[in-house]
Amino acid sequence: MYLGRVIGTVVASNKCEGLEGIKLLVVQPLDDDGQPTRGTEVAVDTVRAGTGDHVYLVGSREAALALEESFVPVDAAIVGIVDQVDAPARKGPAP
Amino acid sequence: MKLCRVLGNVVATAKHPVYEGQRLLIVQPIEPSGEAKGASFLAVDWAQAGPGDRVLVMSEGNGVRQVVQMGSQVPVRSLIVGIVDEVDVEVERGEAERGEVKAR
Repeated sequence: MYLGRVIGTVVASNKCEGLEGIKLLVVQPLDDDGQPTRGTEVAVDTVRAGTGDHVYLVGSREAALALEESFVPVDAAIVGIVDQVDAPARKGPAP
Repeated sequence: MKLCRVLGNVVATAKHPVYEGQRLLIVQPIEPSGEAKGASFLAVDWAQAGPGDRVLVMSEGNGVRQVVQMGSQVPVRSLIVGIVDEVDVEVERGEAERGEVKAR
């Protein structure tokens, strides 16, 4: 699981079964220091996140388990909206 | 598994039910020497770890589901499964000098 910032939305009317009615958000994955860790990705939302929200996500097959319907073809799901990040043991900026 | 150092934790009230009551810690992958390597990520704590602890993090969903025993719909991929006391590694430092990295 990893942190991220929601930076936008995606609309796709023609898509696989199971993805209907599910919000697709554009997310920038971040480390705990707020630094981007890789390129942006599209994730399904399960906690009513919106653009600008600081969130955390689960990836790979476990992302599909965040949705009620069994086995929807997704590999990134927003599963929490972050209130606070405390990293007292971080010494200096990210490596 | 990954050797990591716990940096701290994340607080979130709006979240998937499986995360209710779980401690979500920030972990930084490290080399045996202690040097940070790669981006920090998040793991559910299953070993009562705290900031500064060196831990073992398993990142495989099936293993997580077997440990947490919360059924099959568990969107958790990384779990802290142990707190490390000692790491002894033989370091290749050229033929003349073979040293051991004893990281406390």
